Amino acid sequence: MSINCLVYAECKDGKLRRVALEALGAARQLAADSGAVHALLAGADSTALAEAAAELASRGAAVVHIADDAALRDGAPEAVQAAIAAAIAAARPDAVLLGHTALGREVAPRVAAAIGAGHAADVTAIVTTGDGGDVVFARPLYAGKAVERLRIAPGAPMVISVRPNNLPPAETLPAGAAPGAVSALAYSAPTLWTTVRSVVRKTTGAVDLAEADIIVSGGRGVRSSDGFAPLQELASLLGGAVGASRGACDAGYCDYALQIGQTGKVVTPQLYIACGISGAIQHLAGMSGSRVIVAVNKDPDAPIFGVADYGVVGDLFDIVPLLTGEFRRILGAS
Amino acid sequence: MNIVVLVKQTFDTEEKIIVQGGTVSQDGVKLIVNPYDEYALEEALRLREKHGGTVTAITCGNEQSTEALRTALAMGADEAIRLEIEPGDDSASLAAAIAAVVQPLKPDLLLAGLFAVDTGSGSVALQVAERLGLPHASAVVKLEVNGSTLIADRDVEGDTATVEVPLPALVTAQQGLNEPRYPSLPGIMKAKRKPLRVVSRIELGPDAAAPATQRLSVETVPPRAAGKRLGGGTPAELAAQLAKLLHEEAKVL
Ligand SMILES: Cc1cc2nc3c(=O)[nH]c(=O)nc-3n(C[C@H](O)[C@H](O)[C@H](O)COP(=O)(O)OP(=O)(O)OC[C@H]3O[C@@H](n4cnc5c(N)ncnc54)[C@H](O)[C@@H]3O)c2cc1C
Repeated sequence: MSINCLVYAECKDGKLRRVALEALGAARQLAADSGAVHALLAGADSTALAEAAAELASRGAAVVHIADDAALRDGAPEAVQAAIAAAIAAARPDAVLLGHTALGREVAPRVAAAIGAGHAADVTAIVTTGDGGDVVFARPLYAGKAVERLRIAPGAPMVISVRPNNLPPAETLPAGAAPGAVSALAYSAPTLWTTVRSVVRKTTGAVDLAEADIIVSGGRGVRSSDGFAPLQELASLLGGAVGASRGACDAGYCDYALQIGQTGKVVTPQLYIACGISGAIQHLAGMSGSRVIVAVNKDPDAPIFGVADYGVVGDLFDIVPLLTGEFRRILGAS
Repeated sequence: MNIVVLVKQTFDTEEKIIVQGGTVSQDGVKLIVNPYDEYALEEALRLREKHGGTVTAITCGNEQSTEALRTALAMGADEAIRLEIEPGDDSASLAAAIAAVVQPLKPDLLLAGLFAVDTGSGSVALQVAERLGLPHASAVVKLEVNGSTLIADRDVEGDTATVEVPLPALVTAQQGLNEPRYPSLPGIMKAKRKPLRVVSRIELGPDAAAPATQRLSVETVPPRAAGKRLGGGTPAELAAQLAKLLHEEAKVL
């Protein structure tokens, strides 16, 4: 059995988000050899949309539908949902895939309810495809303490939102392969319920925390907002992002935008460097899926050492700047 | 204002997860009101204090989940409804059942938590909104009701978006919305006399929907093992050792 897929490819500031390519990769896996892979772009900046469409087409989307409308500028969820509905009408997919991002999290359930589909949310792996028509997804439960396998019956419609940084992004087609087609979607904006009055940017770093490969994170041990400076310097050098524990946020050292954990962001970077973070279970819930964890803590008994691949007992204000120096040397030499 | 709050009973966030015979063991587990639902409930109570009206708490769960409703009533909700849960329920079948129960109540505002800390999907409340044709504002950290519109600050991946949405609507609560109150002793006493209705799924009849997904298995994730502890040496030596390991052994650069 082949599964026809539609990917809602989310953009941020005109650029394709990495999770959009990960959702496209998942779609190609589900479609296997015979399913069709369509993608949808929704926005109001024609140039940016054309660039993103070319990228999707070169990575295996057979058709890229573009909804280009002023109503899609602010990201009102019902405007995006209407674009997805129009693309569903055009592509007739079995599966709709999105990133489990802020927007994906609010739109995916509504799309599922609207088309009578099952919703597999926050998916971290595709376990089986095709076999007997069953599709099985893995997704975390209890903040990552357990994993469930969720099956969707053969032939049933499904909506899948994928957790960023867990599935491999769609690869570029081999040289010589024809890229997909780009097509304008017939889109008429619905009556908008949501008026976006303002958006205050609090995330200053260039790298999105949920999609970052490297995260340098600070806890109450950083002692002040200035205390985050050495962490920021290390993160910048490595092209990573700065995160924080709730302890640091509660103490006012940084914005809640940076909070990682059960009630903050769940991150899965390649490298997570926890500085002055004790390692409470609610913090671990947000970062224990990281590939490599480093802990820097004064207290040799801090629970964070129990999950760290590399633990350094020491003062973060000594270790972190020295580590930055070492990396600078290594990166300069290679 | 007529406010309906969706509440779920969940494991305490500190609980260890034990899987026995393919399901998560409930033995001796401390159960709480899902923390995000507590924010939703608190906000409902504050809005009622300001604008008048009633607060109805609804849960879909087994007999034991009545405790979560008693907590809601003790905090100040006026009435509660427990909708029976069926084996195999998923977000689609729950949302259909909840929508059928909520519809005749004609709420001005539907409040729910951003997600439940056990299943973590954050799907049911938004599916209910879709079924009822209601607009929504999700991940809300500040809420004001002004006549027939609501003005909300939303947490959008760390940025804050201020939106206006017409009522009736669904709002999902994010951490930071408020500091939930503890039930007072008189509140706990009063809760015992407040109306608590149980609705069977059969009563919902044709509005019910079948589950669209099926849980095949649950496995606990083995806790990560501790790795290397870098010992001894000056801070400079430790930093050099760590950088070398990350570069050559972990290959993360
Ligand atoms: C329902 C609920 C949800 C929660 N959600 C979250 C969440 O999402 N995310 C989260 O992080 N927490 C969450 N918490 C809070 C969590 O329980 C902890 O309180 C919090 O993670 C502690 O933050 P911390 O590690 O920064 O602070 P602390 O526990 O105070 O630890 C500070 C650490 O810094 C070390 N230190 C101090 N100075 C230095 C120095 N100079 N050099 C090196 N090390 C130093 C200390 O040895 C200590 O280990 C939640 C709690 C509850 C009840």
